[in-house]
Amino acid sequence: MIQAEWFYWLVGAVFLAMAGQMAMDRSNPRRFGTAAFWGLVGAAFVYSTWVADKTAPAEPLGAAVLVMVCLAGFGFTGRGTVPAAPAERRAASAARLGNRLFVPALTIPAVAMVCAVVVKGWHIGRRPVLQAGSETILGLGIGTVVALVVAMLVVRERRPAAPLQAGRGLLETMGYVMLLPQLLATLGTIFQAAGVGDSVGKLTEHVLPHGQTYVAVVVYCAGMAVFTVVMGNGFAAFPVLTAAVGWPLLIQQAHGRPAVVLAAGMLAGFCGTLCTPMAANFNLVPATLLELKDQYGPIKAQIPTAVALLACNIVIISVFAF
Amino acid sequence: MLALLGVLVVVVGFATKRNPLLVVGVAGIVTGLFGGLSPRAVLADFGTGFAASRSVTIFVITLPVIGLLERYGLREQARALVTRFAALTTGRFLALYLILRQLTAAVGLVSLGGPAQAVRPMVAPMAEGAAERRYGALPERTRERIRSFAASADNVGLFFGEDCFLAVGSILLITGFVNTTYKTHLEPLDLALWAIPTAACACLIHGARLLRLDRTLERELAAAEGALPRADVEEAAT
Repeated sequence: MIQAEWFYWLVGAVFLAMAGQMAMDRSNPRRFGTAAFWGLVGAAFVYSTWVADKTAPAEPLGAAVLVMVCLAGFGFTGRGTVPAAPAERRAASAARLGNRLFVPALTIPAVAMVCAVVVKGWHIGRRPVLQAGSETILGLGIGTVVALVVAMLVVRERRPAAPLQAGRGLLETMGYVMLLPQLLATLGTIFQAAGVGDSVGKLTEHVLPHGQTYVAVVVYCAGMAVFTVVMGNGFAAFPVLTAAVGWPLLIQQAHGRPAVVLAAGMLAGFCGTLCTPMAANFNLVPATLLELKDQYGPIKAQIPTAVALLACNIVIISVFAF
Repeated sequence: MLALLGVLVVVVGFATKRNPLLVVGVAGIVTGLFGGLSPRAVLADFGTGFAASRSVTIFVITLPVIGLLERYGLREQARALVTRFAALTTGRFLALYLILRQLTAAVGLVSLGGPAQAVRPMVAPMAEGAAERRYGALPERTRERIRSFAASADNVGLFFGEDCFLAVGSILLITGFVNTTYKTHLEPLDLALWAIPTAACACLIHGARLLRLDRTLERELAAAEGALPRADVEEAAT
């Protein structure tokens, strides 16, 4: 019934509407470049629907992505000064509305949860109400729409442009970094198509000594972490290192318990995710969202935990797998 | 092997702090062309990759709601709320959030937190509010540190909680990859159970580091306490 693609169209429409506001914002010295960038993102979100189901050629979309990269990469984007509410007014409004302000913010996860758990099981006729497999992201979308209505009621705001303006302010504050996670995922696709994984697998086989189980455990876990740091994603590292080290050496040769080896191995990769700017959605986007001067602040806070947990994973495999 | 040049581009690009979007674009082109793809195939891969990974960017949809609420004082209220609980220090609050994030992720509720929906509007202001009640206005460096740790609590809780849940992407990737490649029957439940030891370690280690943050703040700020009058807090907070 409700398709995931509809939600992507809504996101695309939001981008396009914000791009429209950006183009008219004279306080932004590069307003047309900024509007072109986000407008292109919005249009690409919609066009992707047909690329995803293979009814439209992917090449124009690829070209559009490269145009986005050039717009942001060569400094054609900027930010305007969306008039922020003054501090006194925000404080006064906080005092007046009190904890009611949390209601819309918490509506998003609450509705998302209901969709993922309850609505997931609903059917109309024999078709599921929410497209199977997309319940969580649809939940997020529905939750946000409901929360927007609740928020407008709570703060008694009637102009639909007001939340859009406020959201655009946040988007401009964060800038093109917002799109980095998606582009990194795209890069992962290209890495895969060009056989980067196989090359790394061959390299690991070359350097690894034979018959030393605990060395292999260390290589497997550390390799997962390091490869994840480079690729930004444990999912990309897992097939490579499991094929090169985990399965042949730890499971077949040393008879390790597969569940322990593979679960802890994947989590060793997550230790790498905590340390890398390549995992932009977890590490760089929060830094810009929190308006940190040091882009690497969250990574620095996470590195000691990541190193300790990597050691934990090595110990867990060594102790429980054999 | 030439395809690895793309990895090199990424490492050097990030290390020398080039524009990250350019780094990714160049790395993609280099990898594709040296990896033996035609220019047209590289272009098509950029397109299909973008289309397939749209779900990473969808949190943008929450920005209008969060932005509107922030204009009406959501962050100020988050700060004010936490200052009512005297026992709630910055470290204790963040450790509590870490545990909640881990537990909810472990039952599959990964969208309860997140940097845009939770950390920026609520968690970070609350963590700062707890420190402000104790020490008054915070110096810039301390504020950055608290915000960084707030982001870290969200990440650590998510990463090492979600794998205890059966139907999460990483577990399904493991079973999918192993069962099709090696023709075995690995159960998701087994994997989820063996994610628990690491999850417990993550909770203890990062929890302890968050609690220790309190002592770091104490050391750094005790000297500066009272140096700035309370009235400046609101202004410094913006």
